[in-house]
Amino acid sequence: MASYSTNEFRSGLKVLLEGDPCIILENEFVKPGKGQAFNRVKLRNLMNNRVWERTFKSGESLEAADVVDQDMEYLYTDGEFWHFMATDGSFEQHAADAKAVSDALKWLKEQDVYTVTLYNGAPLTVTPPNFVELEVVETDPGMKGDTAQGGSKPATLSTGAVVSVPLFITIGEVLKVDTRTGEYVNRVKSS
Amino acid sequence: MTSVTGAGNPATTDTDWQPTASLGALRERARQLAYVRDFFARRGVLEVETPVLSHCGVTDVNIDSVAATVLPVPGHDGRAGWLQPSPEYHMKRLLAAGSGSIYQVYRAFRDGERGRRHNPEFSLLEWYRTGITDTELMAEVADLVCGWLDCPRPGVLSYGEAMHKYVGIDPFTISDTALIERCGPWVDAALAAELGRDGCLDLLLSHELEPALREQPPVFICHYPASQAALAKISVVNGVEVAHRFELYVAGIELCNGYWELTDAGEQRQRFTLDNQQRSRLGKPVMPVDELLVQALEAGLPECSGVALGLDRLLMLKLGADSIADVLAFPFERA
Repeated sequence: MASYSTNEFRSGLKVLLEGDPCIILENEFVKPGKGQAFNRVKLRNLMNNRVWERTFKSGESLEAADVVDQDMEYLYTDGEFWHFMATDGSFEQHAADAKAVSDALKWLKEQDVYTVTLYNGAPLTVTPPNFVELEVVETDPGMKGDTAQGGSKPATLSTGAVVSVPLFITIGEVLKVDTRTGEYVNRVKSS
Repeated sequence: MTSVTGAGNPATTDTDWQPTASLGALRERARQLAYVRDFFARRGVLEVETPVLSHCGVTDVNIDSVAATVLPVPGHDGRAGWLQPSPEYHMKRLLAAGSGSIYQVYRAFRDGERGRRHNPEFSLLEWYRTGITDTELMAEVADLVCGWLDCPRPGVLSYGEAMHKYVGIDPFTISDTALIERCGPWVDAALAAELGRDGCLDLLLSHELEPALREQPPVFICHYPASQAALAKISVVNGVEVAHRFELYVAGIELCNGYWELTDAGEQRQRFTLDNQQRSRLGKPVMPVDELLVQALEAGLPECSGVALGLDRLLMLKLGADSIADVLAFPFERA
């Protein structure tokens, strides 16, 4: 695997630090005019999401981490693993464990496409698209004439996610939801 | 025909061709240059120009010259050239030739330096005053800087006092073990040991002292450890060997580096040799010694003090800019 010297560090670069894959968030070069140069680097450990701050002597290098993002279709779960298939035509399948899917779990819908981050060829994390469309399976009855504004109520979606929706939403409707905030965006269609 | 290969200059966005500095900042840059030239004209200091491309680089352990490849010319067979990290050697040759006090606005190059306050190509104002000491030159630096930034006149702290006050150590007496331990919040013991004493002190200076100075009024730091003398005279002050070297910090930004200049040719040659020994230990290229500078010192460099001041950083302070790119038309990635 390739390695990167501190002067190649930039945000987004994936490197190995203390055996864990990390993504570089920030890299600040500091140097007294006549003195030793350092790089003060902020990294996020991709294994546990912790942010690390480290100082390197300029010119030091870190091994590149074999981390790639790939689009994959969600197929099914067998209860222990969640199975995905690459959409690049290779039909390659990968099994992600509970830890890898934890952030995406409540947005997982069969046949939808997700970003699967592979570390050394195995799924490390699964990231849902920014917006997903999901059907309402349970919510209090809609209130007609309350379409413009007013209160909100919880609605359970087909994946099990619970989002706060306007009062007029009814069971069977498909909603567009922002997965980053978990917020309702709009109705896609009425059934 | 020689074909040239390289990464070239691929545009990645539609706006990469544009300057990173605002037109207002570029106008202020022009005003700053006029201010500097007027400052020295009034004081009768001669403006000079010396080579940027030279046959020697510098031996400084922590400064890497940019290598250039050149064709031989009549009178010189060498094919290796160096873009100068400062005009110091050539300006000292002028001083030895009897120029009297001189200044220069100079494009300097330092390889591998890019950050919020660094660009591999940058503007230096370097000047030398004959017959004065570091203390007297500090007063003139204060005149120039305060006249432009309209800031309070800098106070003065010795390196020892500053490290004691803001880092809590005595840099001259702390044991190697205690120093390595003191670097613990930043680097592990193995790296600290590899950095050596001066490297550890540089770490604490850049990670703790400089950030602390952001909140302080302008201050000169002087009397650096003798091991960090570079080309400054060394003498014993309060029982400790110190270098007659000073730096000015404004809002935590290192603005200049000055010396009461070393004039002893033998001592100069010895420091070049020591630098190169250290470079070789660190696996860095050994730099050819500039024999013409040594010759000039042998012929006689007048007693003088000299200072190099970063003009890009001075402009950053004037404009309150956070990044050097805000005051450069084109930083290196867009050059």
